[in-house]
Amino acid sequence: MTTPNTAAAAPTLSEDAAAVVLETRGLTRNFGGLVAVNAVSLRFLSGQTHAVIGPNGAGKSTLVNLLTGHLPVTRGEILFKGRTITNLPAHRVSQLGIGRSYQKTNIFPAFSCFENCRLAAQSRLSTSMRFVRPALAYHTVNEKAQAALEACGLARHRDRAAGTISYGEQRQLEIGMVLATDPQLLVLDEPLAGMGVEESEMLIGLLKRLASRYTVILVEHDMDAVFSLADVLTVMVNGTVLESGPVDMVRASQAVQDAYLGDGEEAY
Amino acid sequence: MSAARPIVDRLPRRLLVVLLILVALLALYPAYGPLLFPAKHGFLLQRLTGIMIVAVMAMSLDLLVGVAGLVSLGHAAFFGLGGYMLALLSPAYEGANLWLALPLTVLGVAAAAVVVGFLSIRTSGIYFIMVTLAFGQMGYYFFNDSRVAGGSDGAYIYVKPTVELFGKTLIDLDDKLTFYYVALGVLVGTYLLLRMLLASPFGRVVRAIGVNEHRVRGLGFNPVLYKLVAFTIGGSLAGLSGFLAATQYGFVNPAMLSWHQSGQVLVMVILGGMGTLFGPALGAFILEFARLGFESITDHYLLLMGGLIIGVVLVLPRGVGGWLLTVTEHRPADPDQEAP
Repeated sequence: MTTPNTAAAAPTLSEDAAAVVLETRGLTRNFGGLVAVNAVSLRFLSGQTHAVIGPNGAGKSTLVNLLTGHLPVTRGEILFKGRTITNLPAHRVSQLGIGRSYQKTNIFPAFSCFENCRLAAQSRLSTSMRFVRPALAYHTVNEKAQAALEACGLARHRDRAAGTISYGEQRQLEIGMVLATDPQLLVLDEPLAGMGVEESEMLIGLLKRLASRYTVILVEHDMDAVFSLADVLTVMVNGTVLESGPVDMVRASQAVQDAYLGDGEEAY
Repeated sequence: MSAARPIVDRLPRRLLVVLLILVALLALYPAYGPLLFPAKHGFLLQRLTGIMIVAVMAMSLDLLVGVAGLVSLGHAAFFGLGGYMLALLSPAYEGANLWLALPLTVLGVAAAAVVVGFLSIRTSGIYFIMVTLAFGQMGYYFFNDSRVAGGSDGAYIYVKPTVELFGKTLIDLDDKLTFYYVALGVLVGTYLLLRMLLASPFGRVVRAIGVNEHRVRGLGFNPVLYKLVAFTIGGSLAGLSGFLAATQYGFVNPAMLSWHQSGQVLVMVILGGMGTLFGPALGAFILEFARLGFESITDHYLLLMGGLIIGVVLVLPRGVGGWLLTVTEHRPADPDQEAP
């Protein structure tokens, strides 16, 4: 099952080298005998929303962890804007401008929503080894945090402890924190995980706004969301890329139909 | 990790008043002490000085345990090292020059803290506790078994450090009353210093590490670096505390470095309220006064001490400081009542 190649799979897209934000070459990750991600070569282009879908255990989350430095790579390469970032630690990857949200809500519950975003924005100071001036006196950081809070729709909960807002709102905050770090590329790991219908709709609206402003890599289970957001679709099965290309093309692919989407009727 | 560890930028006004009253009571003690306790005044003055010095150490440990989430069981090593630095820097029959001895002590302890921190901070949880405990005991046995500064007998500091400017004595540390106010000044100063640190960008990162280190890294901070600096600051302040303790008692011994000492200060932090800074200082006073009281009642005072600690932990899970924060907090309107 090692036949993926994106260059061939996406003939209709211009792959101007300058437009390639992130690229993986033969990216592989083993867990003992299990090959969670197997020789994945993908290109993520500037301005596009690139969704990665696949059944449970397909290696999507591992892929996200590899792309963002949360897991070391077994083999292969990751290039961000042409430079290798393979095996950089997570904080360095973040500093380069790759912002990541988490599948499991990962916030600071005791801090206010504002402080969650403020801390994220503070990470863009040249250093936080500053000991005297109060953190709240850094006005550019405050402004960035406020903007992120508004962008994710939580301005009304500014001073509430993040642990006391609803689950759906915590998912929004998760994204707000990523936005506060001035990312050039958003890697969103199942932003809709565990959300109810109404909450989902609100968050999809937010994701649509982001998709128009950022380059996005979206790992998601919710097919409706994926088809309404993505420009490019990659389907993973058992750690390998089954198909990758423009959404309509991938949807029509027989292999994908067989392996994942079923016979099409009840899937969406 | 407790979820209930909010950022307290400004203490509730009522709490601030309570703390100011307590500081005023300390500051005025030399005035009313002889009237209230004519027989025991001198003894109490000395005890209070000692407690204030230990309170500095308790606050320094709170920076690690309560703020950064680094539960160290070897903090006394830095306390003891601070004391030993003074002993080693003091000439045999005259006082050390404070302008030299104090910076050298703090720098020396800071250097030791960097090394110990560098080697232990990559571990976490129970392993961090074990590694710091091991380093602490290494320090203990180093001074216990080697001939440096008297081995297990300890060493005397016959003359207290001198504080001179152009040959004139500025502060006479030999004077018990003067030294009392020096200790009070260091206590208040350390508290304000740590408050400033916690409000700074550095402090915000360290506090966040204590809550969710994984996320802090994801946001682009290298947590190891911030923890190491916090560990070094905490260790240095413990060294300062040890320096003062050695000055007060004119004596150092290996027990200053032992894990008993570390454990006792850890109890002060937990009893006083982790992460509140003022709480662990209060914890030092509560624990030491309880000991004084129980000691006067029975020889089995340790039993009563244990009961007190268990009682406080059961009744006030966030410690005395956490409880004080809750009862003095001014709530304008309950934000949780908001419609969802």
